[in-house]
Amino acid sequence: MIQLKINGEEKSFSGDPEMPLLWYLRDELGLTGAKFGCGTGLCGACTVHQNGAAIRACITPMKRAAGKEITTIEGLGAQKLHPVQVAWIKHEVPQCGYCQPGQIMQAAALLRTNPKPTEEDIDQAMSGNICRCGTYQRIKAAIADAARGRAR
Amino acid sequence: MMIENVSRRGFLGSLVSAGALVLGVKILPQPALADASANGLRADAAVLHPSVYLGLDTDGTVYIVCHRSEMGAGIRTTLPMILADELEADWKRVRVEQAPGDEKYGSQSTDGSHSVRDFFDPMRQAGATARLMLIRAAAAKWGVAEGECMGRLHEVVHTPSGRVASYGELAAAAARLAVPKKEELKFKSPDQWRYIGKEVPGYDIPAMVTGKAQFGMDVRTEGMLYASVERPPVLGGRWKSVDDAAALAVPGVRRTAIIPPFKPPHAFQALGGVAVLADNTWAALQGRQKLKISWEDGPNGVYESQRYKGELQATARRPGKVVRNVGDVEKQFALGGRIIEAEYYVPHLAHAAMEPVVAMAHYQDGKVTAWASTQDPQASQETVAAALGIDKRNVTCHVTLLGGGFGRKSKPDYVAEAAILSKQAGRPVKVVWTREDDIRFDYLHAVAAMYMKARLDESGKPTAWLQRSVFPPIVSTFEQNAEYGGADEMGMGWTDVPFDLPNHRAENGAAPAHVRIGWMRSVSNIYHAFAVSSFADELAHQAGRDPLDYLLELIGGSRKIDLKAQGVDYSNYGGTPAEYPLDTARLKHVIQLAATSAGWGKRKPGNGWGMGIAAHRSFLTYVATVVEVEVDGNGKLRIPNVYYAVDAGLTVNPERVRSQFEGAAVFGTSVALLGEITAANGRIVQSNFHDYPVARIHQAPVRTSVQVVNNSEPPAGIGEPGVPPFPPALCNAIFAATGKRVRELPLSKHGFA
Ligand code: FES
Ligand code: FES
Repeated sequence: MIQLKINGEEKSFSGDPEMPLLWYLRDELGLTGAKFGCGTGLCGACTVHQNGAAIRACITPMKRAAGKEITTIEGLGAQKLHPVQVAWIKHEVPQCGYCQPGQIMQAAALLRTNPKPTEEDIDQAMSGNICRCGTYQRIKAAIADAARGRAR
Repeated sequence: MMIENVSRRGFLGSLVSAGALVLGVKILPQPALADASANGLRADAAVLHPSVYLGLDTDGTVYIVCHRSEMGAGIRTTLPMILADELEADWKRVRVEQAPGDEKYGSQSTDGSHSVRDFFDPMRQAGATARLMLIRAAAAKWGVAEGECMGRLHEVVHTPSGRVASYGELAAAAARLAVPKKEELKFKSPDQWRYIGKEVPGYDIPAMVTGKAQFGMDVRTEGMLYASVERPPVLGGRWKSVDDAAALAVPGVRRTAIIPPFKPPHAFQALGGVAVLADNTWAALQGRQKLKISWEDGPNGVYESQRYKGELQATARRPGKVVRNVGDVEKQFALGGRIIEAEYYVPHLAHAAMEPVVAMAHYQDGKVTAWASTQDPQASQETVAAALGIDKRNVTCHVTLLGGGFGRKSKPDYVAEAAILSKQAGRPVKVVWTREDDIRFDYLHAVAAMYMKARLDESGKPTAWLQRSVFPPIVSTFEQNAEYGGADEMGMGWTDVPFDLPNHRAENGAAPAHVRIGWMRSVSNIYHAFAVSSFADELAHQAGRDPLDYLLELIGGSRKIDLKAQGVDYSNYGGTPAEYPLDTARLKHVIQLAATSAGWGKRKPGNGWGMGIAAHRSFLTYVATVVEVEVDGNGKLRIPNVYYAVDAGLTVNPERVRSQFEGAAVFGTSVALLGEITAANGRIVQSNFHDYPVARIHQAPVRTSVQVVNNSEPPAGIGEPGVPPFPPALCNAIFAATGKRVRELPLSKHGFA
């Protein structure tokens, strides 16, 4: 039995310990905010927070999530929108929107450890998150805005 | 969000206990959508419902039905903006609903960048109709002349007295009136527009940034099985033997099922294969890995990209089928002098939308209800109906948000798979394609070879221009063994080259298809624009001229080019020549705008810095692009700026126009720098983003600025036209910066990164 916390709630899981966290979230819990884009850690669509750090849920087996605190996009702004989400709305970042939960989780994790990222820091931190619609320019602008505390 | 009532009329069926009925299908971001099992749009049930596109309730809520698919272009905002404007509705009280597939809405094929073009007028009519009915209801209530009343922000106002009545309170009375005829309608004049041409926040964006937006991948329903399908690795291949024992032993796997092979031509049919159905995606994937299948490849097993490239190029060097001819190029070439030849090549490309293709379907009692990430719910209905041998009226296809489409999700083979599997399983089935499936079993963008030849006079102007393109055509998807491009494909940047050339010939050579060929964002324009705009730049340099000046001279005087008069079979994207002429003045205008905003000619190119220009009309929209590039000693590119100028006629949603062009620059970067799909032994070699990379944040242009010419010409396309000029403009910039001409994409194969 694997115990973990998802968005503040205690959960226990008794299935295949090799099953990636992504499918537990999506198929078992119905938390479909984290997306499936590649299944191999290459695109970032499945990004969630594990104890505050961005991880790829698609390559994180349940056994490695044991005892961890997981936050998904559903939990990020549950009380009040996260400044990154506010900035995302202001800049109208999403096109199709599919990559955006992953982008937002990645950006929120970046700002947590690096509240004033340079352009290079942003490129570095976000380069694992693909947006096929090509919203990168707005992602950068929104992160910079959130970092400046402009988006509230 | 749940649809609380979705199962009431039989969507879930007897397998599910009654207690599960409240747990419906998860879909669109709007809270509390109506019962979807019985045409349950709230618009349809609203008190005032004078058009399929809208309903008004007594509480004043306006339901606007979007019948086109949302895949990022913002159509669920843009079409409702038009209707709401003409209705004089308060945008805050508008709810957008997504239409299922139904012919009553008109075409729902969200393809070819024509949603606004085709539905600007119908949306306005719907809005104006409801507004007139509300005005008439108010006039009758007050006993005043209709002409003294007007609609204003969700109210009817009696202008002389200042009396007002809200739309909500008038809805019931308006609903008792006859629906006015089109001739009776009065449309707002452009200066009265409230939303059209203005900045309106994207309707779905809040749901998208909170994870609430529901994509096809997110659809879940009680009793649903997750399926993963092992398909024949070669197009037209068949299984010889299947051993599913190990697959069935995987915990969570419920069963396997066979999807029969298609009958040629493949069109939108399911490819066939062996499916593993399980309680969750992971179990289905694990089970699928344990299938032991031996395949018989069939004739397409010979497909090998390196050899095929040679064949395309050889064909391109030989005379082909003439698709446009002016004067006599051969006579000119026979004169000798300065003859320039060049060959260009663009490989197969995969769509690779961020959301792999996915659909859920439930077959029950001869009827299917599907929930699909589809660009074309009507084609989905037809494809499912044909696959199961039922009437298409017995197929309901709901449309989710699409996690990107780019043309792939117009082909509903995966919806058919879901329906076929649901019929066998007797339960709802969601077919989840992996990224590997999505890339290997795509309807690939055609690989293309182009051969160009020109003769220049002393001043450097071409006296003759020959262009030949060879590619496996999209036609082959619908007609077995078709080898020549259709008029639509040839009309995408090939027969419609807008240059003023005294001797000009365009040709097309034959190429057999060994994989499924489909349309991808801007289609044949990608390779055609690459050849034409690169060659124009090459000639400018040969002539020792500035590429911008040279391009403007090639286009020549302002005129409307009548291709039909030249004997060209030209479809003009379905637009009439009267409404949508090929107007060189508009093309030159955007070129000048882009060049001006880029500061063209102010800095001397070379030493690793340069700018390149390309202009291209596609989907009836005129686009010019200037790309600025920096190239370091290792061939590493940086694209500090991209300058687009766009004339798409009347622009409804300028914000989404800008975002589509920003995105097109990134899509174009992927095409130019990174994309290549190849085949070996008939199998697609690439499988995921490690071997089919797409542009990431650090590779994308740093800043893309988009200048939108908003005029009163009829609206044209937005989603696609930004792509074609980008790759040649980038390659032209690289030439300016380094002196190195790249004629084959992707650039990553030629020392650039
Ligand atoms: S789905 Fe996890 S990184 Fe792509
Ligand atoms: S918004 Fe579509 S993939 Fe990023």
